[in-house]
Amino acid sequence: MLDTIKQFASEFFVTGDPLILGAQVSIGLASVAIVFVLTFFKKWGWLWREWLTTVDHKRIGIMYIICSILMLFRGGVDALLMRLQLAMPGVEFLQADHYNAIFTTHGVIMILFMAMPLMFGLFNIVVPLQIGARDVAYPFLNSLSFWMFFFGAMLFNVSFVIGGSPDAGWLAYPPLSELSHSPGVGQNFYIWGIQISGIGSLATGINFIVTILKMRAPGMKLMKMPMFSWSVLSSCIMIIFAFPILTVTLFLLFLDRFAGAHFFTLDGGGNPMMYINLIWMWGHPEVYIVVVPAFGIFSEVVATFSRKKLFGYKSMVFAMIGISVLSFFTWVHHFFTMGSGADVNAFFAITTMLIAIPTGVKVFNWLFTMFRGRIRFSTPMMWSIAFIPCFVIGGMTGVLLSVAPADFQFHNSYFLIAHFHQVLIGGVVFGYFAGLYYWWPKMFGFTLNEHLGKWAFWFWNIGFYVCFMPQYFLGLDGMTRRTYTYDFDMGWGPLNLVSTIGGFLMGLAFIFQVWQIAYSIKKHKKDTTGDVWDGRTLEWSIPSPAPFYNFAVSPTVEETDDWWERKQKGEKPLAPIPDSALTPIHMPKNSAIPFIKSALWFVAGFGFVWGWLWMAIPAMIGVGICMLVRSFSYDTDYYVPVDEVKRTELLARGAKA
Amino acid sequence: MAKTHEASSHEQHGSHGSMKSYTIGFVLSIILTIIPIVIVMNSMLSKTATLVVILAMAVLQFAVQLIFFMHLKEGENARWNMMALLLGLIILLTIVAGSIWIMTYNAVAH
Amino acid sequence: MAHAAANHGHGAHGHDHHDHHDQESMKTFGFWIFLITDVILFGTLFATYIVLRGNTNGGPTPEELFQMPGIIAETFILLTSSFTSGIAVLAMNRGNKKQLIGWLAVTAVLGAAFITLEVIEFVHLVNEGATISTSAFLSAFFTLVGTHGLHVSLGLIWMIALMLQLRKRGITPVTKRKVENISLYWHFLDVVWIFVLTVVYLMGVM
Repeated sequence: MLDTIKQFASEFFVTGDPLILGAQVSIGLASVAIVFVLTFFKKWGWLWREWLTTVDHKRIGIMYIICSILMLFRGGVDALLMRLQLAMPGVEFLQADHYNAIFTTHGVIMILFMAMPLMFGLFNIVVPLQIGARDVAYPFLNSLSFWMFFFGAMLFNVSFVIGGSPDAGWLAYPPLSELSHSPGVGQNFYIWGIQISGIGSLATGINFIVTILKMRAPGMKLMKMPMFSWSVLSSCIMIIFAFPILTVTLFLLFLDRFAGAHFFTLDGGGNPMMYINLIWMWGHPEVYIVVVPAFGIFSEVVATFSRKKLFGYKSMVFAMIGISVLSFFTWVHHFFTMGSGADVNAFFAITTMLIAIPTGVKVFNWLFTMFRGRIRFSTPMMWSIAFIPCFVIGGMTGVLLSVAPADFQFHNSYFLIAHFHQVLIGGVVFGYFAGLYYWWPKMFGFTLNEHLGKWAFWFWNIGFYVCFMPQYFLGLDGMTRRTYTYDFDMGWGPLNLVSTIGGFLMGLAFIFQVWQIAYSIKKHKKDTTGDVWDGRTLEWSIPSPAPFYNFAVSPTVEETDDWWERKQKGEKPLAPIPDSALTPIHMPKNSAIPFIKSALWFVAGFGFVWGWLWMAIPAMIGVGICMLVRSFSYDTDYYVPVDEVKRTELLARGAKA
Repeated sequence: MAKTHEASSHEQHGSHGSMKSYTIGFVLSIILTIIPIVIVMNSMLSKTATLVVILAMAVLQFAVQLIFFMHLKEGENARWNMMALLLGLIILLTIVAGSIWIMTYNAVAH
Repeated sequence: MAHAAANHGHGAHGHDHHDHHDQESMKTFGFWIFLITDVILFGTLFATYIVLRGNTNGGPTPEELFQMPGIIAETFILLTSSFTSGIAVLAMNRGNKKQLIGWLAVTAVLGAAFITLEVIEFVHLVNEGATISTSAFLSAFFTLVGTHGLHVSLGLIWMIALMLQLRKRGITPVTKRKVENISLYWHFLDVVWIFVLTVVYLMGVM
């Protein structure tokens, strides 16, 4: 009996590695600490009412962002572990299989559990405010999206301490990811963590398309809408068409592993290349999904901090919609070398080159916006300016890679790694940081310390170039990706060492950011006007943080940058609202179902991971019951009485009796 | 048949259609189903011709159902619905045709 | 922050109906977009089937396996159920709750018949030794056709839930929207079946 338990425990928990043991202990202690603190301060009720069951897009946005910052930490630690291992030839810090697990989780976490939630967080915080709406189209679904992400990410994250991490790369190519070559449960965690989280992403895509198309304030025609909201629409169009492909592909891999199917196996007529074909049909649009909202952020920030209208509004819109459509026609460039032949490669090389053009148009438009503007170098603007050279270089190396014959040299080398990190960090990360700094006061009602922000900025930027520029040369020098060590004779040592130093500079930058947040919370420099940056768009016309119903009176919009125009005509921030304008406000009620349903998905996923149908099937039935309960509930909204609106507004705008 | 209206239903919006249009749609669909089945079960045409005909009939029946059953052209969101569908079909075609083309060069032993 | 009391102020009733009308039409629009994502989902399954259908691994081929009489019956049953769901909607537009529920019930019974025939077909195939793990062709077949069947089955559960809600609450703007959505869903599933019939079965026995 004791022996069976021991045997089970040794397979259930990951053993044999001091780092992982340390993590297991820390997780255990942290969990106990959290439960203790919540109980001691009697905060369970508050947590349930204000956060776990909220359908308020602003709260949901904050939760997404908190999760993404935690994931940035984990993904960053993965990166530094790898850089330590590669700093010199023949280092024996990480064994090969541990290294494989780390680069796998680094990739999955950074793209799917850091970039995506940070993006969804910004969607949630900003879009309803920017378009003058009181919430998104489907607040309940919005909450469900967040909790599906949360529990999917949890499931994935738990794998390195329970059962074992996936280690077949962030895209899990078969046959390596098949049962034949990955018999453990790690790949199952990969499949279910991403699958559950992906359902949430798809739902968000639908939610924001309808929100943007149907809930804009009166007078806000599409071509007068702020550019960030356009970028969200553009990104969501890609989401709704790309994510179903991911859902199917992961499901097919699951069937191979779980039901003995032969989609991508080496035997039985299976074809691993079909997986690669399908996964990149999702994978390529995915990178545009994350970068287009960053473009939207830059448009907002550059215009605001140049005190100038965005140059070329129409061409910006067409460029983004063009990117959305064209992104579905370039996917083969991720596997030029894998045997599709000259005709196929030529076609996709051309489409890949074409897609660089709309982005180029946007870069010129940002530059023309800054030209003859009155520029303020606050941190959001600094991130935006830094993005331009970084992303342009990264984009150019992308065009180099798009030349199919040349790609036979670059593919899967460090040249490729340098390229995609440059566009992802220079484009996506810099952009989301700019957005986070820009909209932070609106979210929390206080500003972030500029001084510490600048330290973080410089360490990130210098660290980035020091880390990744050498990697282009390592790639040209023949160093391939995903190797856990290399020989002294290869001559790759010096550049790797430089690269590692750069990595740690970025780590230092992250510490500055955490310090900046902690310091700013303590200082609590209040945002008293709702408009710290002298902004141009509607979100700056309401108090910070925004009242739970956003707008006491639905705004009527006349032109692009309407708030800016209203200010030019003399309107002041937080001007009092006459009582006669107030009416009861229709709002959605909180709901426990998204949290419970997603938790059940977690249980089902966990059951499927271990092949425990006794766990998975009841949990899935539970999911179905949750859906039926929701279907039968008709009491889902309420009205906020005028008195409460009056009180909330007085408090937010400074109660002067 | 007495017409009864709920007190709260104001404008007639959303799905329109009548018994007549649904019946036309139904009959057309039956015809467009029978033709391909008969052609295939009786091997009436060459392989290529059969393929073209049955696919064409399927696409036609799809259009019939879109118009007569799903009222694609009506409702207040008709334009957005059509645009979403059009884009979806373009991408669907890309997925199917693209996969067939690419995988021709990546086939495995059966 | 959640409030249980509903407080209708003056003029809120006008807001109310306009609000609900907009909300319901927005929910149908969102559902339509969801259906488009389902188009992509099935499209990916079709692409996989087409690419892999020749990979029979020395096992049974489509010609050997497919029994057309059952398939033809399934096809006409599903098509008829799509028609009856349309009649249900017409009854709803006339405000006739009894007929609405009645025709939804007919639709559900036909749907259940479709699923029964499909289960019988699958069981027969498995007994013949043609399972999901026999070959890539069969993996793709069972997944594509099975996913459609799963969609139909979930639709049946949804339909029953709706009929119960209609019986209790009658035809309201909310239940009206729910019926419109499920009928869109049902028509969509019939369209997918047209292509399953064509690409899987007809092209299989050609």
